[in-house]
Amino acid sequence: MRAHDNRAWLLVLPVFVVVLFSAVLPLMTVVNYSVQDSFGNNQFFWNGMGWFRELLDPSSELGGRFLAALVRNLAFSAMILAIEVPLGILVALCMPRRGWRLAVTLVVMALPLLVPWNVVGTIWQVFARADIGLFGAAVNGAGIDYNYAGEPVAAWVTVVLMDVWHWTSLVALLCYAGLRAIPDAYYQAAKVDGASRWAVFRHIELPKLRRVLVIAVLLRFIDSFMIYTEPFVVTGGGPGNSTTFLSIDLVKLALGQFDLGKAAAMSLVYNLITLLVCWVFFTTLTQIDARREGAA
Amino acid sequence: MARITLDGIAHSYGPRPSVPDDYALKPLHLEWKQGLAYALLGPSGCGKTTLLNIISGLVQPSAGRLLFDGQDVTDWSTERRNIAQVFQFPVIYDTMTVGGNLAFPLNNRRLPRMQVQARVAETAAMLGLTDVLDRPARGMSADAKQKISLGRGLVRQDVAAVLFDEPLTVIDPGLTWELRSKLKAVHRALDLLMISVTHDQTEALTFADEVVVMNGGRVLQVGTPAELFERPDHTFVGHFIGSPGMNLLPAAVEGARARVDGHELALPGHYAKLGGRVQVGVRPDFVRLTAGPGLPVQIERVDDLGRLRLARVRLGDHPLVATVPPGVPIDGVEARLAIDPSRMHVYVDDVRVEPE
Amino acid sequence: MSARRVVLAVYLLALSLPIYWLINMSFKTNTEITSGVTLWPHEPTLANYHRIFTDPSWYMGYVNSLSYVVINTVLSLACALPAAYAFSRYRFLGDKHLFFWLLSNRMAPPAVFALPFFNLYSAVGLFDTPWAIALAHCLFNVPLAVWILEGFMSGVPREIDETAAIDGYSFPRFFLRIFVPLIANGIGVAAFFCFMFSWVELLLARTLTTVNAKPIAAIMTRTISASGMDWGLLAAAGVLTLVPGALVIWFVRNHIAKGFALGRV
Repeated sequence: MRAHDNRAWLLVLPVFVVVLFSAVLPLMTVVNYSVQDSFGNNQFFWNGMGWFRELLDPSSELGGRFLAALVRNLAFSAMILAIEVPLGILVALCMPRRGWRLAVTLVVMALPLLVPWNVVGTIWQVFARADIGLFGAAVNGAGIDYNYAGEPVAAWVTVVLMDVWHWTSLVALLCYAGLRAIPDAYYQAAKVDGASRWAVFRHIELPKLRRVLVIAVLLRFIDSFMIYTEPFVVTGGGPGNSTTFLSIDLVKLALGQFDLGKAAAMSLVYNLITLLVCWVFFTTLTQIDARREGAA
Repeated sequence: MARITLDGIAHSYGPRPSVPDDYALKPLHLEWKQGLAYALLGPSGCGKTTLLNIISGLVQPSAGRLLFDGQDVTDWSTERRNIAQVFQFPVIYDTMTVGGNLAFPLNNRRLPRMQVQARVAETAAMLGLTDVLDRPARGMSADAKQKISLGRGLVRQDVAAVLFDEPLTVIDPGLTWELRSKLKAVHRALDLLMISVTHDQTEALTFADEVVVMNGGRVLQVGTPAELFERPDHTFVGHFIGSPGMNLLPAAVEGARARVDGHELALPGHYAKLGGRVQVGVRPDFVRLTAGPGLPVQIERVDDLGRLRLARVRLGDHPLVATVPPGVPIDGVEARLAIDPSRMHVYVDDVRVEPE
Repeated sequence: MSARRVVLAVYLLALSLPIYWLINMSFKTNTEITSGVTLWPHEPTLANYHRIFTDPSWYMGYVNSLSYVVINTVLSLACALPAAYAFSRYRFLGDKHLFFWLLSNRMAPPAVFALPFFNLYSAVGLFDTPWAIALAHCLFNVPLAVWILEGFMSGVPREIDETAAIDGYSFPRFFLRIFVPLIANGIGVAAFFCFMFSWVELLLARTLTTVNAKPIAAIMTRTISASGMDWGLLAAAGVLTLVPGALVIWFVRNHIAKGFALGRV
């Protein structure tokens, strides 16, 4: 039904130029760095696939470091998804449908999303401390030893909790939008058919939420995979490197140690992984859309 | 179930209704009998869907009682009332097959599996769905989906009544005939009480044994299609039913004659003295252009509809629609009208008044 | 019914507590903070806020942040509107691939771009200006805006475009006077998200600035003085960063609610 017209490229041109400038050009410099080595003083020489081989070899220092950070990221993403998705759905089911209650709920839920990420880090940096934070004091007061600066487990708990506090609202809001799109007739028919609350969820709400959930999982996975600021502010990657995620490690390499070649190689592999995940989700999404359109 | 009684049912969507206008449904009293098909007919916003939802339990009435066979069910949940409802928008459960959809209400009531399968097969046979029982419900056409919705309602053996909320709206016009005949066949076979909401008078008049005409939250008349056509109790009914609707003229009634703008019309009987706003009504079918003597009118337009001709005329200041019988010539703007007095009705403040 | 209310109330409380704690701390003196955990300020003080409002090295941070966020939002929307229209209304060579490539930029790790941006914007002389950050943030905001706007635009029937063409409207006039008002809610949602993602981002904002255009986020990450962390000041600065966000959400709350009701996700 859409007209085929290549002149539409004129409309797309501004976006194309902007993204070219902000994505392609920088990536080209990264590719450039990734195949070179330098002695400093801006003297570069060809290194071919050297950095990549080192990166993908777990026994090397670079490779080992990369693998460890990757594993940490995957574990982190798995944890936050396992909490945020069910919690988000639950909250969406509990949200009011209209009125002042809805306005208040929306505002309070949006607040964590609007906090600058470093302030999120600062908030939790303080909140989880035993000496000046309510949470830290309460947990320690209840008898549990909790010190995120000293113990890796506590550090992980803090970082995961912080992310759940920060982003569950996004999942909930997306699910809420999906739920509101379900026509009333479905709920009425379910009442007439005598369906239990669980049956309504399983047969009406969950199927309709499929598309929204794919989007939510995609966004949360990718954003948690790229996470930098919040853990950096709270733990700085520590204690030791127990919370050193891929972005943190990469920035350390690139802007801290100025190890351009290694950083560039790592950047490219990092980017490639995210692209792959993105592609998988995008395909799933188009499949869901195609099926929906075919059935309508 | 033998009958449904609505006793003083009224409904307001606002929190504290005080004046009549606050009520979406003004207090009404209706009795419906088993085995008959009823239509709730009226324009959008007249309260018919509200009334339907009160019967099914999706809406709790602000006032009045609902009785099934004399039992007060006003507080009963939808499930307990055991009615079936088919919505405007085909509702099917995407995750299940057609058979799964039909079985759903029975599974919710935890009936034994053999019984469920038997009922599903029976219902599918009745609706012509046997061939597609194993297909996913998601990919079916709109009219098949409506049949599935209907099937979910009928699969319960003891269903008290079947309610329809404008079910043919999304169906292709070519397929509505087929679905309508299926509905009639089901009705005859199961001897159920069926109530259908519609704003389409053709649908109402062909589907129903009795039609409930509503407007502005009020029930204006309940009657068979013939009764509504021949003896509309309210000017709205006269105007809404029939295409084109009834002619209405303001008049002064004295005894057995009515005066409209100085012209005299004969009435079917003698009327007592009338106060209030008086109108006379007569259907275009009984107002004929004639070559002989009659009321003088000006012709504004003649519509040739093939099987008949309709003339839009003016009697003085008042517009009228009249039939042009075959053979009556139209020349010029002047013409004469013959009105059958036995078909005239008198309305005072929109309500019909009987002659003495 | 009430189980829902309880769950929601607990959730909203859990969301508010850390923010309350920040506000709480911003009104305390450093001595009170370090001396123990108190649920409300026993010796309330406005000194922290006073310092921020009077010290240019602090309040300029907010000014800088706001300037690049606003520039970025305007820029992103201006680019995204025609592009979203193209995706919504036409099929053209490479359209699916372009759309995917755009979305993938939204998913690109900023860490990967930190160093290249640093070099790039230094090379073109935009380093340490709000323009550098505004342009850098286009990396993820433009795709997001295109995605959101395309969704809303697809909800407008094509007949409207055709009618306008028949009525003799030129394309720019049609777009500005007829089309844009129809997708006002969508523009509101897109502007909200662009604002949000630009306002909250730290890594690129810090990498691309040193002195002149330093955003508040960067200033906050250096509040260690000789006497240890100035918690009160930090808290006050943090609270003030919440204000633009809270204002924005308050003003667009109806657009967001309506946008949700359209079911176009």
